[in-house]
Amino acid sequence: MNEKKREPLFHIVKREALSTKDALVLRAVAILLALVLCGIITMITTGISPIEVYKSIILGAFGSTRKTWVTLQSISILLIISLALTPAFKMRFWNIGGEGQVLIGGLASAACMITLSDKLPNAVVIILMIISSILAGAIWGVIPALFKAKWNTNETLSTLMMNYIATQLVAFYTIVWEVPKGSGKIGIINQDSNVGWLPQIFGSKYLLSIVVAVIVTLFMYVYLNYSRHGYEVSVVGESERTAKYVGIKVEKVIIRTMILSGSVCGLAGLLLVGGINHTITTTIAGGQGFTGVLVSWMAKFNPLSMILSSFLIVFMGRGASEISTNFGLNQSFSDILTGIILFFIIGCEFFITYKLKKNHSHTKVRKEEK
Amino acid sequence: MLSFLSAFIPRAVVQGIPLLYGSTGEIMTQKSGNLNLGIPGVMYVGAISGVIGSFFYEKSTGGNVNSFLAVLIPMLCCLIGSLLMGLLFCFLTVTLRANQNVTGLAMTTFGVGFGNFFGGSLIKLSGADVPSIALSATSACFSKSLPFASNLGGFGKVFLSYGFLTYLAIIIAFVCSYILNKTRLGLHLRAVGENPNTADAAGINVIKYKYVATCAGCMIAGLGGLYYVMDYACGVWSNDAFGDRGWLAIALVIFTIWRPNIGILASFLFGGLYILYLYIPTGMEHMEYQELYKMIPYVVTLIVLVITSMRSKRENQPPQSLGLPYFREER
Amino acid sequence: MERTAAVKLKNITKTFGSVVANEDINMSIYNGEILALLGENGSGKTTLMNMLSGIYYPDEGKIFINGKEELIASPKDSFRLGIGMVHQHFKLIDVLSATENIILGLEGKLNLKEASIKIKEICDKYGFDVDPDKKIYDMSVSEKQTVEIVKVLYRGASILILDEPTAVLTPQETEKLFNVLRNMRDDGKAIVIITHKMHEVLSLSDRVAVLRKGKYVGDMITKETTVQQMTDMMVGHAVSLNIERPEPVNPKKRLEVKNLTVRSEDGVIKLNNVSFSLNSGEILGIAGISGCGQKELLEAIAGLQVVENGSIEYIEDDGKREQLLGKDPRKIAEMGVSLSFVPEDRLGMGLVANMDLTNNMMLRSFRNGNKFFTDRKAPKALAESVVDHLKVVTPSIETPVRRLSGGNVQKVLVGREIASAPTVLLTAYAVRGLDINSSYTIYDLINQQKKAGVAVIFVGEDLDVLLELSDRILVLCGGEVSGIVDGRKADKNEVGLLMTKVGGTSNE
Repeated sequence: MNEKKREPLFHIVKREALSTKDALVLRAVAILLALVLCGIITMITTGISPIEVYKSIILGAFGSTRKTWVTLQSISILLIISLALTPAFKMRFWNIGGEGQVLIGGLASAACMITLSDKLPNAVVIILMIISSILAGAIWGVIPALFKAKWNTNETLSTLMMNYIATQLVAFYTIVWEVPKGSGKIGIINQDSNVGWLPQIFGSKYLLSIVVAVIVTLFMYVYLNYSRHGYEVSVVGESERTAKYVGIKVEKVIIRTMILSGSVCGLAGLLLVGGINHTITTTIAGGQGFTGVLVSWMAKFNPLSMILSSFLIVFMGRGASEISTNFGLNQSFSDILTGIILFFIIGCEFFITYKLKKNHSHTKVRKEEK
Repeated sequence: MLSFLSAFIPRAVVQGIPLLYGSTGEIMTQKSGNLNLGIPGVMYVGAISGVIGSFFYEKSTGGNVNSFLAVLIPMLCCLIGSLLMGLLFCFLTVTLRANQNVTGLAMTTFGVGFGNFFGGSLIKLSGADVPSIALSATSACFSKSLPFASNLGGFGKVFLSYGFLTYLAIIIAFVCSYILNKTRLGLHLRAVGENPNTADAAGINVIKYKYVATCAGCMIAGLGGLYYVMDYACGVWSNDAFGDRGWLAIALVIFTIWRPNIGILASFLFGGLYILYLYIPTGMEHMEYQELYKMIPYVVTLIVLVITSMRSKRENQPPQSLGLPYFREER
Repeated sequence: MERTAAVKLKNITKTFGSVVANEDINMSIYNGEILALLGENGSGKTTLMNMLSGIYYPDEGKIFINGKEELIASPKDSFRLGIGMVHQHFKLIDVLSATENIILGLEGKLNLKEASIKIKEICDKYGFDVDPDKKIYDMSVSEKQTVEIVKVLYRGASILILDEPTAVLTPQETEKLFNVLRNMRDDGKAIVIITHKMHEVLSLSDRVAVLRKGKYVGDMITKETTVQQMTDMMVGHAVSLNIERPEPVNPKKRLEVKNLTVRSEDGVIKLNNVSFSLNSGEILGIAGISGCGQKELLEAIAGLQVVENGSIEYIEDDGKREQLLGKDPRKIAEMGVSLSFVPEDRLGMGLVANMDLTNNMMLRSFRNGNKFFTDRKAPKALAESVVDHLKVVTPSIETPVRRLSGGNVQKVLVGREIASAPTVLLTAYAVRGLDINSSYTIYDLINQQKKAGVAVIFVGEDLDVLLELSDRILVLCGGEVSGIVDGRKADKNEVGLLMTKVGGTSNE
């Protein structure tokens, strides 16, 4: 009589193959469902009609030229951070230390801007900023990688700790450099001289990050898909045994890849400090080191799809904050909506990889009972 | 010195309690092989659920609260809120086999947003001038300490001056420690986290253990959020005030090498390290060093993590299947 | 002899996909008896026993325990019926103590002290030696095995199945184990031991049952049989396969292995003082029960295995010698030694399951091309030519190899390995799991390589194939070379005997 409990009616089998198109359709359906749910939730909390909700979201992201530019700029930064994390994830190295790597990169540029502004010409300061921020990010990335390569230290936890160490370093220097003394803030650096401010291109202050993002996207796409290093990263991520079989040194790949990952995060820090905010705070990365993990994963580590997934996140975020402003809600509303979309996308991956199948052995056991 | 300690220790303890709840919950979760990076979110949800419960209860009574209900309602709300978060994590990672890191991070995004959003909405509802809600009546019930504690001098201050959630945290940690080490349930749970294949072959229901441990872990962690608002913050909810304590709790898990009983002292130590900067004299000229001292808990955790992996003593390692999804090989 | 059988299997059939693992098997196991279950690799012994331990469920047939028909649908049912199996791969949790592992999964209040006492009692009764508080990770292989056996007995098993228990033990440990098993038999338990080793069968068992290619061949009382007879039953009559075997052309010494000794990570000797040489233009077959050091031997030559002692020299056409030991695969390639290796674990080692054909071809060639970019044209062309020439059935060359069938996966792997025009080709179980047609394709490919002057090592499990394909056959037994025979002259029994006997003579 326990036979009944023993085998569930369905069992889970891996799908033979799902065409890229079907997989895309499945994901699109998941996102649509999530959007519908988001609309319903917004309707309940605000009492406005769903159509208004979606309209507000779109207006929030693209309602004016300025808004569009800001949206594009935000996408760029998130995209750069996500791209930075991607080679590590492809290698199955869970770098959730993007936050710290961005911060430390930003700190390095801020340091150059503040300490060198009256000593060196602007161009030299900017070059030093670029070098030092990339270097700082690389160092922050390589420390957990060294631990991992040498002692197999859990990288999820060590990169997490590196975040806080970076945060406190920034907090320390915030007070060292605070203007005016006692305010706890650095304020806009070199407001008058603009030393170390990254140049505007084509007269737009938004364009630089976008151009950098495009370059990084193309670079990452080529690096991961067409370069020797990128190939080694994929092999190590898929199977360390195969990597050894063809003579790839796994430790070396881990360290090299994390240097790259950290460097690009450092670059994002440079843009945030030198190009956009012209100041540094402990929250300048704004959790994008974590969001980047999700963006990268949603895009299945494909740099081109990442444009879409970072767009989706930023779009929802800016749209939701528009709703919050219009209806006097809290800014955090966007996090809830983002969360819901993510849950749907995470859940839908299962149906791309597996399908439910009626259990045969179940019927067999039952037959046997008679 | 003694008076310094009797002032320092209680402050370290109250700092440590939310961490203790969080880390005890995360230890139970990790022992089942689930790495739940959503704990910060869960603690936010736990806190805000309690706040919502008590807000409406206080409102309905007009401030004339029954102290039993004033404790029970927020607690129930908190437990239910965090349980739902736990179920969500399990459904996605255990049933749907999603990546645990990704799911956890999404839960943190969601949970923190959820907390701040409803916190913000309540603040608006309450029509206060300041961006916070004060639930003083409920808080008074939560932080009630033994009436004679204040008469017992230093001893009373160090050991008896806390609200009941403080003692509950310690009791829960001891109970979890007992369950893990002395009961069959705990043995099976450890087996599931170490090697689910073997546990499955021994007839242990791996899925059930993962669900139960993770959900229980989330509920415990959620209480940490509740403690923070109701006791530590005297019933005042303000957005983002809870800060990074959830992540610290995860760090604490490593620090305690996956032992809830060590967690009790470790969380007080962490609480102490967390506020140590207030006690290291820097002089008015160099307040910035305080920020460096705040780095101590994280650096210490990182060092502990590296040392345990270097020495690779098997008992001190993370559960072997931590972070990996489990499913029986398809035949 | 009309006893009720402890276990009676009736018409048991089990298939995996299109492979029939067990076909219509009828056999009995009795109390107070040690039954040796004998058979070559892949003859279905483990599958059969796994149906008793609840891991598999038979497609057809019935199982009777002590005369009563029973359903065994899970390991729990198996415990309940008093069946205990000690698997080849231990199911133990490293960080737990012996006692904790032994009582894992049982119900009731946890009382470790009481459990330790009971364990001590079991140990005393049968002559085991277990420290109940010792952690598994501190234990030697034989200690772990003891824990597994005690675990089974603790659950009150009266029917005990051991899957190749001596494969990991030293002779002394084996003797100790056998004494314990004899004690248990005298206690009235039914014991099944799966093994390939004839001398163990002779010294331990009361009765022998033989499986061959999934079918039950028969049983014999051990005292009344001989090693010769058992080997005959196990390997069957020689079957003619008509595999081509050209004469080696102009053979030259290509590889010389001397006194090679390898230990596994847990300190067990895997290869002991192995010496042989390999000529160009010949196929050296390697025969042996699985796990006798074949894997370690090939991996040592390929630069993937840490070696304790010995030397592996590559000899170039002009007689120049190069030491391969201590070099990783990349170093070996950079030295200009073109060595190809078709490993046993095709999807876990030789190929990347989630990558497509082109990317898998690149595993060997990604370092060509310029410094930064990989050359993708050549591997793509190679993938196309492999698909074309070897008739690989695949939707496209962009398909991940995990979606291909076993035979096609192997064609991709072999195709890639021979594409680099190797001078030495190592293959491990190159036709395992392949259907007849694919197998012949692989034999042909290997023969082509031989004709091209490549020195080939062919590790195989089917003796018929080895005897028809190889010029010489090296027999490994327990990590030692038990003989090297001429493939054209040797007969099946001779090789079968060498496989099961330690310390044979070499004809070289």
